[in-house]
Amino acid sequence: MSVSAEAQANKTKRVVIEPVTRVEGHGKVTILLDEKDQVQQARLHIVEFRGFERFIQGRPFWEVPVLVQRLCGICPVSHHLAAAKAMDRVVGAGKLTPTAEKIRRLMHYGQMFQSHSLHFFHLVSPDLLFGFDADPAVRNVIGVAKKFPDLAVQAVMMRKYGQEIIKATAGKKIHGTGAIPGGVNKNLSIPERDFFLKDIDQMMEWSRGALKIAKDYTMAHLKDLEPFGTFDSNHLSLVREDGAMDLYHGNLRAIDSAGNKIFDQVDYSDYVRYIGEEVKSWSYMKFPFIRSAGAENGWYRVGPLARINACDFIDTPEADAARKEFMALTAGKPNNISMAYHWARVIEIIHAIEKIRDLLHDADLQGDDLVVSGARCGEGVGLIEAPRGTLFHHYKVNEHDQVVMANLIVSTTNNNEAMNRGVQQVAKHFLSGAKKITEGLLNRVEVVIRAYDPCLSCATHALGQMALSVELYDHQGNLLDTKAR
Amino acid sequence: MSEKISFTIDGVALEASPGQTILEAADAAGIYIPRLCKMKGLMPFGSCRLCTVLVNGRPQSACTQPAGQNMTVENNTEKLNDYRRSVIEMLFVEGNHYCPFCEKSGNCELQAMAYRFGITAPRYPYMFPDRDVDATHPDVMIDRNRCILCGRCVLTSKAVDGKNVFQFTGRGAHKKISVNSAAGLGGTNLKVIDKAAEVCPVGSIIKKRVGYAVPVGQRKFDARPIGSEIEEEKVK
Repeated sequence: MSVSAEAQANKTKRVVIEPVTRVEGHGKVTILLDEKDQVQQARLHIVEFRGFERFIQGRPFWEVPVLVQRLCGICPVSHHLAAAKAMDRVVGAGKLTPTAEKIRRLMHYGQMFQSHSLHFFHLVSPDLLFGFDADPAVRNVIGVAKKFPDLAVQAVMMRKYGQEIIKATAGKKIHGTGAIPGGVNKNLSIPERDFFLKDIDQMMEWSRGALKIAKDYTMAHLKDLEPFGTFDSNHLSLVREDGAMDLYHGNLRAIDSAGNKIFDQVDYSDYVRYIGEEVKSWSYMKFPFIRSAGAENGWYRVGPLARINACDFIDTPEADAARKEFMALTAGKPNNISMAYHWARVIEIIHAIEKIRDLLHDADLQGDDLVVSGARCGEGVGLIEAPRGTLFHHYKVNEHDQVVMANLIVSTTNNNEAMNRGVQQVAKHFLSGAKKITEGLLNRVEVVIRAYDPCLSCATHALGQMALSVELYDHQGNLLDTKAR
Repeated sequence: MSEKISFTIDGVALEASPGQTILEAADAAGIYIPRLCKMKGLMPFGSCRLCTVLVNGRPQSACTQPAGQNMTVENNTEKLNDYRRSVIEMLFVEGNHYCPFCEKSGNCELQAMAYRFGITAPRYPYMFPDRDVDATHPDVMIDRNRCILCGRCVLTSKAVDGKNVFQFTGRGAHKKISVNSAAGLGGTNLKVIDKAAEVCPVGSIIKKRVGYAVPVGQRKFDARPIGSEIEEEKVK
């Protein structure tokens, strides 16, 4: 991370954190201070540029699940599966075979397990274990490995376990080909199953340990964590028809900050009627919102916190018991504390490993009925609960099998407004009036961003319509200069 | 048949029947000479130049050159292999080959050849040509981004299928694979069961809606490198 503080002619000061560290992808934060060193404005900028929605146009539809997952190297399975689900609709596969759906679920839970483990242990635990002000030379994953070697080994082994599951189901640990339109291209062999069963109890145990760390930390530091992006918001997630958390498939549910349902059990193929996307000139990332609430108030959060807030229950016992404890903190009402994402995320680690355990005992995984198809359709929408939140893939395909339209709303994009609010809140709380802007203070800005586990590389994917502009304001809000491209 | 022809490849003594090419005789003896355009059952075309060997010190394409009495053939030498690497790299940079998501990955002869020669990156700059996709046929597609102009489809359509679906048009850098209909591949009499629809060594001519059906690990070149099926003959 480099930090620069630039004095402006009008006595305002601009502080830049670039790059934001220990997140996926590249972003920067700018903070504008006035002459009294009060924070006037703080923004998270996404400076990466992708273009997938445009350059997959013209490609054959069956190529998309393999191509578009290249958006990301951390949770490519999410894009792989969301695109495959959309293409299921295109090939008329209404319901997959039990083997196909369960193999895909196993792949997804393996991904959830490894991605959440990576985030919690490798990216976040340095903040929790050493404190926000610790020397950055120590406050990192190497520091964790030195001081807490057992924990570091668990982190590596848990991530490896999830990655091996992905390899067994998708063919490769990163960017596999397992999900194809209408099903999958392989099942899970008995030796593969037994390979995972031998370590499942250990993984369960380590997951319980991670839950304890996250829960105890959150409970012990509750008051300190409140300034890190605690604000009312709507929450969006897929839920199963009976209201259970379902990370692979379900219908859309949106709730407000008090838990009232804005909409429920919406078929996600109709998402465009419920979710709008706003473009702002200073970011490559779009700002989605719930249409009925409008662009101003309709922003929402997704991801572990939103999923636990939105669901009625979790259908695995240990994760549900953990959920109940989590919800008790806010008397059953939605939890709006950004830093509670970490606890929620580890509850999902528990859920994922419970699901993996149950699936490994399911003989359907050894079935050989892998693909179905039906009446061809020119359009497909696929949604999935990715590690970082609800992921939307939407494609139109012409009569020659070529993609002619693609729209992606990526998990991190859904949390754009929330992350910006978190950044503003932290900046105003900790940096306003600070005599000296220390690394520790700036790390607090990153801490709130990390709570959302953003994947900034995934979140920027549009091409053509978004210009980037830089605007310079004085402390009275007068526009001094603007540069656009 | 008349008497055998004796010659050597890299010092190994071989025998060939009269009229047999160097490449055919080498195959029979379990000596692999790399090739991308040559296919069993087709007249040699000599377009890819990957099978270039030195015959008594002169470069010749092994797929077209008949074996001759007392020929001295050099094949697996550092210098020739570097030429071959160079040819493979040129094929990569003059097209748009994105192995990471190409459905032919693992079954692609160009990719397999690059692996065999240990190529990790081309020495030449990418040309990023502007090429098109012809998806007008209901069951078969041409992605010209990946075409290496080997000519297999042209020859197969004529010699095996008895049709005339494919032909080259243009010259030099503008040469491309074309089809015998202004309406595109969909306007030709190509059927998905035609041999021409399955001979492409790369992912240029592909059957629709079957990509990625074979999982990673079970694809043609996942287990063993290209050419090993010939070299294993030698072991037997």
